[in-house]
Amino acid sequence: MKIIAVCGMGIGTSILLKMNADKALEQLGIDGDVEATDIGTAKGAATTADLVLTSAELAEELEGLSTPVRVINNFMDVDEIAQQISDATTT
Amino acid sequence: MPSDQARNPLAPLLPPAAIRLHAHADDWRDAIRQAGDLLVASGASTTAYTDQMIQAVERYGPYIVIAPGFALAHARASEAVLRTGMSWVSLDEPVRFGHDKNDPVKIVLGLASHGHEEHLAALQLVAALATDPTRMDALEAATTPEELLKLMNQGEDK
Repeated sequence: MKIIAVCGMGIGTSILLKMNADKALEQLGIDGDVEATDIGTAKGAATTADLVLTSAELAEELEGLSTPVRVINNFMDVDEIAQQISDATTT
Repeated sequence: MPSDQARNPLAPLLPPAAIRLHAHADDWRDAIRQAGDLLVASGASTTAYTDQMIQAVERYGPYIVIAPGFALAHARASEAVLRTGMSWVSLDEPVRFGHDKNDPVKIVLGLASHGHEEHLAALQLVAALATDPTRMDALEAATTPEELLKLMNQGEDK
């Protein structure tokens, strides 16, 4: 599956989110790619993705996407990220 | 030397001149401003970048507080970034950023980057630190920049 990790800037927090989403995918045994992106390019990038992970604030800006968006409260919590990916793939 | 860089990828990015320990900040804006001043002092960015880091929190919210007590202050790659660099501010009194779970903040790590891959190894180290409260406590207690950098090194040797 293809996942987009979105933050406001695309150089710091989204890359940490990508690193932890990679770990979460490994934990879940799911084969996938995670790409870090800033909010400006997220809408375009999301059209080819299966799932978008981001913060609560930015999720509001991404409303209207056809790709599912999941909110991550703690970008450093691999378990929380794994739970969200798992929920998104089973619903 | 490559071997030193492999052990501590922060070393070339975080010079002692970009570290301020036990500083006082009036609020979160002041804390980010100090992290920005250090990026300017060490030649990583211009003062415009400091304003952009503050505006990023105003616009996108406090999710840059990535772990309890720990904020990764940064803005988008722009012409205000002169070279990839980091700065470190530890606060004598923590300040609130408005984050639900990770407030208040005791350490602000400033990051300026063109967005290329040169800072990824450093971010990996930051991620390892941020998820280890014991190491964060030790780093927070450091009294000199040299001691702080040494503690980061030691942690990677384990």
